[in-house]
Amino acid sequence: MSFRHLITLQELPKEDIQEILNLAQSFKQVILRPIKKVPTLKGKTIVNMFFEPSTRTRTSFELAAKRLSADVLNIQMSTSSVVKGETLLDTLATIEAMQIDMVVIRHSASGVPLFLTKNIKSSVINAGDGMHEHPTQGLLDMFSIIEKKKKIEGLNVSIVGDIAHSRVARSNIWGLTKMGAKVKVVGPTTLMPKEIEKLGVTVCNDLKEGLKDADVVNILRVQLERQKKNLFPTLREYATLFGVNSEKLKYAKPDCVVMHPGPMNRGIEISPNVADGINSVINEQVTNGVAVRMAVLYLMGGGKKDEAFN
Amino acid sequence: MKLLIKNGIVVDPANKTEEKLDVFVANGKIFKIGRSISDRDAMIIDAKNCIVSPGFIDMHSHFREPGYEYKETIESGSRAAAKGGYTTVACMPNTSPAIDNQALVEFINLKSKQVGLVDVHAIGSITKGREGKELSPIGELVKAGAVAISDDGSSVMNSEILRRALEYAKMFNIPVIEHCEDPDLAGEGVMNEGYYSTLLGLKGIPKAAEEVIVARDILLARETGGRLHIAHVSTEGSIELIKWAKKQGLNVTAEAAPHHFSLDESTLKDYDTNFKMNPPLRTKEDVKLIRKALKDNVIEVIATDHAPHAEVDKRVEFNNAAYGIVGLETAFPLICEYLIRPGVLSLSQAIAKITVNPAQILNLKKGSLAVDQNADIVVANVDKEVKITRDFFASRSTNSPFIGKTLHGSVEYVIKKGKIIYQNAQA
Repeated sequence: MSFRHLITLQELPKEDIQEILNLAQSFKQVILRPIKKVPTLKGKTIVNMFFEPSTRTRTSFELAAKRLSADVLNIQMSTSSVVKGETLLDTLATIEAMQIDMVVIRHSASGVPLFLTKNIKSSVINAGDGMHEHPTQGLLDMFSIIEKKKKIEGLNVSIVGDIAHSRVARSNIWGLTKMGAKVKVVGPTTLMPKEIEKLGVTVCNDLKEGLKDADVVNILRVQLERQKKNLFPTLREYATLFGVNSEKLKYAKPDCVVMHPGPMNRGIEISPNVADGINSVINEQVTNGVAVRMAVLYLMGGGKKDEAFN
Repeated sequence: MKLLIKNGIVVDPANKTEEKLDVFVANGKIFKIGRSISDRDAMIIDAKNCIVSPGFIDMHSHFREPGYEYKETIESGSRAAAKGGYTTVACMPNTSPAIDNQALVEFINLKSKQVGLVDVHAIGSITKGREGKELSPIGELVKAGAVAISDDGSSVMNSEILRRALEYAKMFNIPVIEHCEDPDLAGEGVMNEGYYSTLLGLKGIPKAAEEVIVARDILLARETGGRLHIAHVSTEGSIELIKWAKKQGLNVTAEAAPHHFSLDESTLKDYDTNFKMNPPLRTKEDVKLIRKALKDNVIEVIATDHAPHAEVDKRVEFNNAAYGIVGLETAFPLICEYLIRPGVLSLSQAIAKITVNPAQILNLKKGSLAVDQNADIVVANVDKEVKITRDFFASRSTNSPFIGKTLHGSVEYVIKKGKIIYQNAQA
């Protein structure tokens, strides 16, 4: 398999998801070795274009690219002012003229990665667009689940928090439902997007009910600015109603996997003892992120599986 | 110059005419309508397979002048109008500066005359600078030629100010045209709120953002007895409210834009900014109900909301893109494709919504083919295919979601005061 762009998990076939996850397992072995580098993308140039602040995702992509021996260019665009589209197109033209091979893009506006595919020749990887999708996060979450549970099919996965504004939630929903998981979205009514159940998930506005029998609990970051828009009255009330602490976690299965895409608001959506507890794979998610992104970059760079590990 | 339009079906809803007749034009006026007219000196237009109707009237266009001439001018807008079959256009005052005084109304009238293609009437703003705070000098605006008042682009949010506008405008018998949108409810929304906004991760505009203002405005029309015209109705709830208003016998009229009876929200799936407009494209059910409301005459006008935007406004992130599409040139094909040909509206019903009905609302002595009237006439073929391409547009902007489509309904000749101002090259 080789696909030209990675924009959504909505449109990525199950077989491709499976192939990425399989390949990521091999790459995880690579990054656990003392020499963590393979030459497979030598001579390729990858540009990380981040129009939104991000440490985790950007460094993860950067590391993934470097471990595949690609040349990496990081471009952090101004976020203080509204980035005008004219600037975006001009910036793209400039970058494209430098004969690059791949663009990894993060943008606060949904649809920008798709917009890129229509305006540049390079391959485009969506590193998170607005409230739309964050496909590599979805993939690394699935990878982390498989590592612990050996499968996805038939698992109960509860995604807790601000579903409405979350690209992580959407990519998780598309990926997990495709792979056969039973997905519940849990959060306040004001943070549920309309008709989300049409995506094949169950909606739950009560945390205890939402965590019941969960094999996986994926907790989303709650943004302070949502409170200012009256989507919930106070952070304290949010923590009381939807914060996952060890007491609430008892409703999930004892061996459940706890995930969080980071960065965490400790004491708000997740209590410190859950974040650092035995069920938590939050730090492993970060390691897995690099492996999964290596797999994605590798496949998009046109590599064949057997060549990678010589 | 004399013109003789032969063999067409004359559709003149104002005079309840829909039959095969010839139309004879002399000295810029309609001279005679009848069977088998002949005249040796007249230029003959063969209207075989065509309808012959009064020149279309659009009561909701944006010609962007003054202030945004890179999007459209009165000249380019007039050409777009002529191409679309429109001989009269009323343009909205959300220019820069806003049309909130006599001098600016006169400027538009002057420009319109200089261009000399179609009649461009000004709609004055309800409030100074469209700020919603103080009434514009409505009497002076009307005296200078404004045909209505509107703060289009925004609602007048202060209910007391709108109340006074409705009351005050009664003295001049002009309609107050309201753009109905609660800005708090609409928030940063860029499309209809629903399944598709969830899918695309775009902020939604709930239907209630429109409906709460429609409801309030109707209640104020009831309170004042003023003339209220609801612009670009897009939801089922608005239709129900307007129905209620009409049942009460209130002075309330309404319009729908062609895109709201031809497209639904599912068309946004590729983040194409030419599908971004305000009010947004709604659900399939809403589209169906807009068609029904047009049929039931709950909505008596089809108005284009012609909103030209340049590439720099549109070829950007979906969130940052300007709202609106060009509409004058595609209106007639869309009316044919989605209303006339499927039998939603009869020929006369459809033509009434772009001729006599808007003329009545704006108090214009236009929109009919009566003898001695100015000869503003359209010859158009309901069944002829038109391919919508970028080159199809006479407007300065080409922000249309219909590019690439083939529609039925072709404007063949447009006559303004007896002069041919547009002729289809493929006629």
